Order: sequence, then structure tokens, then C-alpha cells
Amino acid sequence: MTTVNLNVDVHHLTRVEGHGNIRVRIEGGKVKEARWDVVETPRYFEVMLQGKHYTSAGILTARICGICSIGHCLASVRATEDAFGIEIPPLARKLRLLAKHGETLQSHILHLYFLAAPDFLGLPSAIPLATANPTVFHIARRLKGLGNRICDAVAGRTTHPVSIKVGGMARLPERAGLEKLRAELVASTADLAATVEVFAGLSIPDFVRETEFVALKGEKDYPWIGGQLVSTDGVVKPEREYRAMTNEFVTDANTTKWCKVSRESMAVGALARFNLNYRFLHAEAQKVAERLGLKPVNHNPFMNNVAQLVEAVHVAHESIELIDEILRQPASAPISVPVKPRVGSGVGAVEVPRGILYHGYSYDGEGHVTKADCVIPTTQNNLNIHLDIGALVAKLAQQPGMTDARLELLCSMLVRAYDPCISCSVH
Amino acid sequence: MRYLGIEPKRPKIAVVDFTCCEGCELQLANKEETLGPFLGALQVVNFREVSSEKREDYEIALIEGAVSRADETDRLRRIRKQAKVVVAFGSCACYGGVHRMKNAYSLAAANREVYGDKPKDTDLVRPVKEIIPVDLEIPGCPVNKEEVERIVQHLVMEVPYNFPVYPVCVECKQRFTVCRYDLGELCLGPITRAGCGAPCPAGGLGCWGCRGPDADPNYEEFIASAKKRGFGEREIKERMSFFGGFEGVVP
Repeated sequence: MTTVNLNVDVHHLTRVEGHGNIRVRIEGGKVKEARWDVVETPRYFEVMLQGKHYTSAGILTARICGICSIGHCLASVRATEDAFGIEIPPLARKLRLLAKHGETLQSHILHLYFLAAPDFLGLPSAIPLATANPTVFHIARRLKGLGNRICDAVAGRTTHPVSIKVGGMARLPERAGLEKLRAELVASTADLAATVEVFAGLSIPDFVRETEFVALKGEKDYPWIGGQLVSTDGVVKPEREYRAMTNEFVTDANTTKWCKVSRESMAVGALARFNLNYRFLHAEAQKVAERLGLKPVNHNPFMNNVAQLVEAVHVAHESIELIDEILRQPASAPISVPVKPRVGSGVGAVEVPRGILYHGYSYDGEGHVTKADCVIPTTQNNLNIHLDIGALVAKLAQQPGMTDARLELLCSMLVRAYDPCISCSVH
Repeated sequence: MRYLGIEPKRPKIAVVDFTCCEGCELQLANKEETLGPFLGALQVVNFREVSSEKREDYEIALIEGAVSRADETDRLRRIRKQAKVVVAFGSCACYGGVHRMKNAYSLAAANREVYGDKPKDTDLVRPVKEIIPVDLEIPGCPVNKEEVERIVQHLVMEVPYNFPVYPVCVECKQRFTVCRYDLGELCLGPITRAGCGAPCPAGGLGCWGCRGPDADPNYEEFIASAKKRGFGEREIKERMSFFGGFEGVVP
């Protein structure tokens, strides 16, 4: 007969964006309680959007998230362009994707080195690495900086972008700046290769709970902006029917909503994208996946860390190609089209670092928002995290010698593996 | 941080967050080329977003975010008791930020719209200084890391920091940015405090006024001039309400 009694009570989990709590209680070997609760203050962005002019919507919604503000801005302008029936010029598409890649690189590197890695290294944060392991610290710093410099050059600013507007882009980056970034990206392959070896040396916890992954559906490329939605359970929906792919509902204990499609929960993010669109990844990124033992379909949420690294390699390589394509465009190529508001509704779906993000707006004839809806990646993941905690705890409770501290660490690492953007999920 | 071999004081700092997007905190980890020396100038003892260290012996509290719930008010008062220096960090902490626009809507209706029949606890959005005394305000959405670095340098060397008194227009001129008004766009540059380096007009976007008023704004003339250029009251009002910095003077 077992007498295992364990207790975990994490109030405001550290090294994640936003405020969430983990509560686990095991008595006599039985899981009495295992919860992931989001307690972030609600912000009501969907209400604040009402009555706003279309030129303000992207600027306002960028402020939903300090890490993926470019992604929010992109989803916002896409929803507005869909509502107004606007097709943006091909060069603007390339610029937007390049800005997106900069954000993905920055965000993934931030998460991998600064938020996730300290657990594997037994450190409270990445700050001690600056003196304890300067080589690794400088690799992290350089890669993160490169992501930010791409955003600065293309979107005008890395947090809360200024050059993305309804109809296209507000300005073309300078040629010399793009050429410099290209050279930096080529040089970054060494830092990325070193990062792969750093993470190859970490021991990823072995845990599986099957779930339904949702992502944009790739047609020719690894998808980031717009298109059909697909799940690993075979559900396919057009972008405009995103509500059928999220099914948000409200619970008592959480300020986030919860989501599901065909099962009791769902998951989005790097691992979901990897699982659904592996074949479109850059060959170098596929090699990294192989080196790190990641194959589709993988149901270990801790492997989201690895999927992020695979994607970091993918976006670095694809950014080089994108810059080449942008530099080949004639100086006269348009970067925006005129905007004429009309009555209607539109949707923008964008794969942001933590998963698929949707903005859906309705407009009056003067270009003012009448109704808005934003469904955030972490909102789609929160129920999955909650159920994962339950499954992980049930497994760990059976392990001999389990302690409160060890259980707390593994539960915290599980939540961090999702790279949750909690205040974003409670927008 | 060592200059000419002299080791300055490394004050103990906490970074805490309330109703916000945590984008200002993120700036502390940006500007990567000087990240090592910047972090070395401080002892980060409590910074939930990037560290599991939770020490309570901090001297400086950097506070990001507005206040919009009772538990936040209690937390703020506890922080004020501990910290010698309380810094409102970013426009949400200084002015309420974009969240302050929520105050224009009924809380009950807002709750119904977002949460249906399961309303959540929420209150009017307030800036930090309405709850506790604030020693220093660093505005911006987000804050400008270069400016934050300069402020930290001053702080460590015990030299008072002076914010620019002039408006954003001056910084546009300094970097040869074409005036957004000449391009037919509304811009709050003429009344907004500089120090950001004017990245928005340079990037193709008029100033949205995130840093609040400069030292001597002429609102009457600004509004009259904007109207003369064909911008309507609704547009001017929306713009000036955006980050809460012009609360009380919005037409």
C-alpha cells in the first residue's frame, strides 16, 4: 500500500509570460487535485476595439502581447483587409513574412535560452550564464538580437511594430540594411548549429498524452500567414470558420477561456505546426529534427522546445531566401494598395510563435469596428496544459522517491514547454 | 559594470507586472549588444518573467502595468513598503495605457461581451500613481531601452536624470523624418514628450502619443490646427485617448 503524499502550490509561475498557478495534491498515492489556472487580470480588448477606426485596430491589438505584437498586428490587418476585400501586393506579403520570421526567431530563442533552458541547467534564470558560461550566453544574445534587428528593419520596431498597415506596408527597408541582415543570417548558422548541440545535451522528460494538434494547412510552404486550418484528427476548415476550430468556452476558475475541437482538449504551437506541416520544413530544419529525435506526429509536449528550435533554423534559412527575393524586386514595385472601407466582416489567421492566432472583425461603412473577436494560441492551449498536468502528475506519483520539489519542477517545466503567453490569453 | 576599474554599486531591483502585455519588461532583455553590461549593472533579485529567484530585499521596484483589480492594489501597497524607489515603467503604469480606454465602456456590458454569463472580477483601470506614490515615471509603449539604459546609468551613479522637455517633433527633425502632416496624416508629435527617438514617424506611422504630454503642450492650438487640416473630432479624440497620457484634455 502506498503512502505517497505530495503537494505543489505554485502561485504565479515564473519564467512564463503572465500570471498562472499550478496546484497539485496527492494523498495516499491518489491524485486529489491537479490544476493549471490562469488568474491574469482581464483586459477586454474586444470591447475596446468597438468603435475604433481601422487604422487603429492593428496598433491597439499589438498591445495584447509584448512578445508577439507583430503577429497580432498581422492578424489584425489581415482581418481588416479580408473585410474590405483588399489584396495586398506580393512585395508587401514578403515583407510581412520576413517581419514574422524575425519575431519567430526572437521569440523562440528567448524561450529556449532564457525561459526553458535554466530548468535543464539547474539555474534560476539565464542571467548567471553571462558569467558562468559566456559562450552560450553570447550565442543566445546574438541570435535573439538578430531576430529583433530583422523586426526593426522591416516592421520599424520589434515590440509594437509601426510599419505594418492595412493595405500593405508603410515603408520599404533600406537595401543596405537588408544586405547586412542577410550576411548576419548566413553567419548565424554557426550559432544555430551550436544551439542544436546545446539542446542535444539536455534530457527532455519522457511523457506522452495524446491530443489533437491544430495549425494552418500548408499547401506549398510551411504556413505562417492565412490559409485553411487543419487538425491531426482530420478536421479541415476555411480560415473564416475559425470558430469551429476553437469553440471557446468560459469556466469559473479561469480568466482565460478554454478551447477544444474533436477531443477533450487541443494544442497549437511549434509542435502542432511541426506535426502537421513537417514535409514543408527547410531541409536544414528537418536535419535538426532528426538530430534531436523529433518525428511527426509527436505527442510529448516537452518536445515543443525542440520543435521551436527546428523552426528557428527553418525561419533563419527562409529569411535568407526572402531577403534575396525582396532585393530582386524592382524599386518601383508597390508595397501597399489604396484602402476603401466597406460594410462587412473578415478574419485573419496567423501562426505566431505560440500557435495559431485569429482576429475576426466586423465593420460599418465608415471603417469603424462594430464587433471584434480575438482567439489567442495560449487560450487554445490552456485546457490542454491543465489536462497534461493531471496526466503527468498521475504518472509521477507512481515514481519511487518523488518529492514535492521534483514534482513542482516537472510541472513547471511542462507549462513552460508550451511557452505560454498568459496575459495574451486573457486579452 | 566597471569603468576605469571602479566597481559601482549594484542596486537590488525587482521587476513586477500588473495589467499589461509585459512588452516593457521584454525590453530589458532587448538591445542585446549591451545586455551583458546592462544586467551586470544591477542585481536582479525578483523578476518573475525571466527568473525563478523570488527575493523580497529589493531596493528598486520597476512596475509594469496598470491597475484593474483589487488584488493588484494590495500587491502594490506591499511593494511600496519594501522599495526605496518605485518606478512606473511604461505607459500602462504611468497613464493606464491602452487599457484605460476600457473605462469608456460599462464594466458590466464589457464583461457580458467577453465572458457571457460568467463575469470576471474587474475594476476601472488606473495608473500606479493613483494607488501609491511613484518616484520616477518612464513612459513609452513600449519603453525605449536606450533611455532605460541611460536612466539606470544615472541611478547607479546617483546623478538625477532629466527627461527631454521638448516634443517628438524635435527628434523627427534630428533624424530627417518627413513630417506626417506633410503626408496628410494626423500625428501627436507636436504635444508628445520626446525621448523615444521618434521611431513611429520614421517607420511610417504618425505619433500616437504613448509617452504623454511634453513639458509645455499647447493643446488648444494643436487641436485647432489638426481640425484646420481636416481631421475630425472623433479621430483626434480617439488618438488622444489611446494611451491615457492626455486624460483630462481630450476634446
